[in-house]
Amino acid sequence: MNSEEKKIILKTEGLTKHYGGVKALHDADFTLADGEHVAIVGDNGAGKSTFIRQVTGVEIPTSGKIYFDGNLVNFKTPADAKKAGIEAVYQNLALADDLDVPSNIFLGQEETYFNLGPFSFLNENKMFKQSIDVLAKTGIKIPDIKITMNNMSGGQRQCVAISRSAGFASKLIIMDEPTAALGVQETKQVEKIIRSLKENGVPLIMISHNLRQVFNLVEKIWVFRQGQIVGCVETSKTDGNEIVSLITGVKQGVGEEASFI
Amino acid sequence: MIQKQKNFISSYRKLPPEFNIFLVLLGIALVFEILGWIFIGQSFLLNKRRLVIMILQVSVIGIIAVGVTQVIIMAGIDLSGGSLVALSAIVAASLAQNSTYTKAIYPHLTDLPFIVPVLAGIACGLFAGFISGSLIARTGIPPFIATLGMLVSARGAAAWYNNGKPVSFLGDDFTALGQGAWPVLIFLVVAAVFHILMRYTRYGKHTYAIGSNEEAARVAGINIVRHKIIVYSIAGALSGLAGVVTAARAMSAQAGMGMMYELDAISAAVIGGTSLFGGRGRIAGTLFGVLILGVITSGFVFMRIDAYYQDMVKGAIIVGAVIVDHYRNKKMRNKDKDT
Repeated sequence: MNSEEKKIILKTEGLTKHYGGVKALHDADFTLADGEHVAIVGDNGAGKSTFIRQVTGVEIPTSGKIYFDGNLVNFKTPADAKKAGIEAVYQNLALADDLDVPSNIFLGQEETYFNLGPFSFLNENKMFKQSIDVLAKTGIKIPDIKITMNNMSGGQRQCVAISRSAGFASKLIIMDEPTAALGVQETKQVEKIIRSLKENGVPLIMISHNLRQVFNLVEKIWVFRQGQIVGCVETSKTDGNEIVSLITGVKQGVGEEASFI
Repeated sequence: MIQKQKNFISSYRKLPPEFNIFLVLLGIALVFEILGWIFIGQSFLLNKRRLVIMILQVSVIGIIAVGVTQVIIMAGIDLSGGSLVALSAIVAASLAQNSTYTKAIYPHLTDLPFIVPVLAGIACGLFAGFISGSLIARTGIPPFIATLGMLVSARGAAAWYNNGKPVSFLGDDFTALGQGAWPVLIFLVVAAVFHILMRYTRYGKHTYAIGSNEEAARVAGINIVRHKIIVYSIAGALSGLAGVVTAARAMSAQAGMGMMYELDAISAAVIGGTSLFGGRGRIAGTLFGVLILGVITSGFVFMRIDAYYQDMVKGAIIVGAVIVDHYRNKKMRNKDKDT
């Protein structure tokens, strides 16, 4: 009941997205309190990524309302959502491979000397220094941040992507499969970053297929199935079986030997 | 010994990527130099007149190539350069006629200050680029198709403008722009300005970002539609400027001008290290690419070899440059998999 006393940072009412005849997301009611960390789980095609795309302005919902930070919002582009304070880390990482680390971290919000619109001169020095600070926070070591992204490992790339969202004063961070392509050590690094976000009181929505990670990191789990929200449970009051049965729609969950638990 | 070698390799890597292209340029020039001494009995490089003509010839191509380079860096392509040269040349020339000629296209608009036709020519290219850019950015059709359409339409418009007849009797202060070192100077200024724009401004950064990963640029909040329109408009405007210079240099304009210039411009960009996959390339590289084209043309003339061979060799060099780029890309992708 703690969460109800807190300010609601994100709320959706009847959020719906249809692609032609396909109901990718239907009538989703979602709430997130300030400082809260939640996970969204569900099978492939359950509407998790579709939900995220509506909230971050990448797509425009068919119907429904989104309230962010107390206001009814109507994001037309990702830039609108960014301006409002929503930062997202996408599944495909969304990095420009031919650019270096500072350019990627500051992409779309470059530091400049004077504002001359598109022809503003970049303050490369300032971006370089701030990038080092931001990366230091995440605890990841990148020997030379002036090299381009295609010369980096998966973990380094992921950390740059996360630093980009965590580095700016954001009101909400959304991560789509933050550790999907990472090794054990790199996953630990990313989880460490997520915990430090929790300590700093930054709210987070995380899509994940890794239930162990979900149980370790978040306090609430939202389950999606076939484009609908079918449940919201507190991590402390549930177990893997209940989540799996919600995900699959089968009453009795699978046994402990299931590989994805 | 090994240490020394390593130092050499690492210091080589620190050199700007244009260094390789510069070596190619130097190599080709030296080949003509040696062949010149053997077969013609004179030096290729130590001839000021030849060098001046060489640079003059490629200046117009160079101006277009700068615009095309930024389009290719954005993972686009612009095929309309040559036709826009013709259209802009004719439009500019029609406003640059002097009053002594009684059959001027616009009898009331003769003896205008030279800046009027110059701006009209540039504006004409800018507008055409704006149309191409808007089509590409708003409808999502491939840039190849949109600019191919512009290539055909602009050539048609150039012929329609004065019923296919050439426009001549241009004012002296206008034609002065095409004489002496002016074309070279204009090209170098354009190249310098765009080198700075691409390297040090938000405009350049966003161009590279879109070429590298358009989706990433979009979710980062860059206004892709607006940026694409701006980049294609600027490419069009530079083709327009090239048209103005061409008309001034020829002291007349006609619808057949600038034929195939777009291909030379694209070649120069690709030879200069700009990747057709987008995301990589520099204006300085294009500058060398343009010079390589110039050296080949003037070298073949110097050796008194048929122009046919010249085109054949040029074609081979372009394909070679793309093959090099292709392997460089493949190597990078493999490296990604390893890590």
